Amino acid sequence: MTTELTTLLVELFVALLILIGAGFTLLGSFGLVRLSDLYERLHTPTKATTLGVGSLLIASAVFFTWREPGVSLHEVLVAVFLFITAPVSAHLIAKAALHQRTPSHSGLPPETLLEKHDGHGTRTKPDTDPKQKPSQTD
Amino acid sequence: MKKLLPHPILSLMLLGLWLLLVNSISPGQILLGALLAWLIPLYTARFWTAQIHIRRPLLLLKLTGTVLVDILIANIAVARLIIGPRARIQPAFIRMPLRVKGNVSVSLLANTITLTPGTLSASLSPDRSELIIHALQGNDPEAIITDIRERYEQPLLDALEQT
Repeated sequence: MTTELTTLLVELFVALLILIGAGFTLLGSFGLVRLSDLYERLHTPTKATTLGVGSLLIASAVFFTWREPGVSLHEVLVAVFLFITAPVSAHLIAKAALHQRTPSHSGLPPETLLEKHDGHGTRTKPDTDPKQKPSQTD
Repeated sequence: MKKLLPHPILSLMLLGLWLLLVNSISPGQILLGALLAWLIPLYTARFWTAQIHIRRPLLLLKLTGTVLVDILIANIAVARLIIGPRARIQPAFIRMPLRVKGNVSVSLLANTITLTPGTLSASLSPDRSELIIHALQGNDPEAIITDIRERYEQPLLDALEQT
């Protein structure tokens, strides 16, 4: 009787987590339709999806730890890699979009600031490098 | 010591990674993981130019906790914004001067900003002195910057960088 009860409880818990995860993933996709420009749309895959996938992973860890001998923890790795890669790819997409001056619903930052971020101001030209031009030191 | 074990933190992370990958903590796997964790940093030492100095590990742990809770809140907040009326979304670009300087701390901060409520790090200037942040509710840029400073940047400064 007690084992049946624990089975029921674990299954309920896992089912709840899967539903939450699926719900947030759905919301994340819905956000792509709802939001209006590239920069806004980048917000949903980095946030709504992390919790969505996170819930699914916790559900997986709980289920397999309970079902099989030993502890199942390699889901942690999926979460870690997701948390590292999602912001980095979002950052690169946003940076590339700013570089191309992709129009934004809210207006872009001032052009002088964008030029600074493009790196034109700090790039050293090879012909002004003293090491490559010994005639300058003569 | 320095030559035999050039990056102790990296070694520890590799051992953890190996044990999670094989999903087991049998003595054989620990031994194999330890061997890999010792050899890989030794052979890739020239690639890792910067050393990480964790000055206050407990503070870093506390920061991780804060960030995890904030990710949870961020998800719910963004979900509500998506379902709610369009007028509540007032996106804006914010310019944030950085006080953290190191490679590791700047990338950690940028990642944290993207994962937490309503903000996305969009561009880092080539000299690493400032970030352009895109915010979903950017009607009060000062408040957002102060919030990031107090919650994430200050602990990172204290935990990872010399002051």
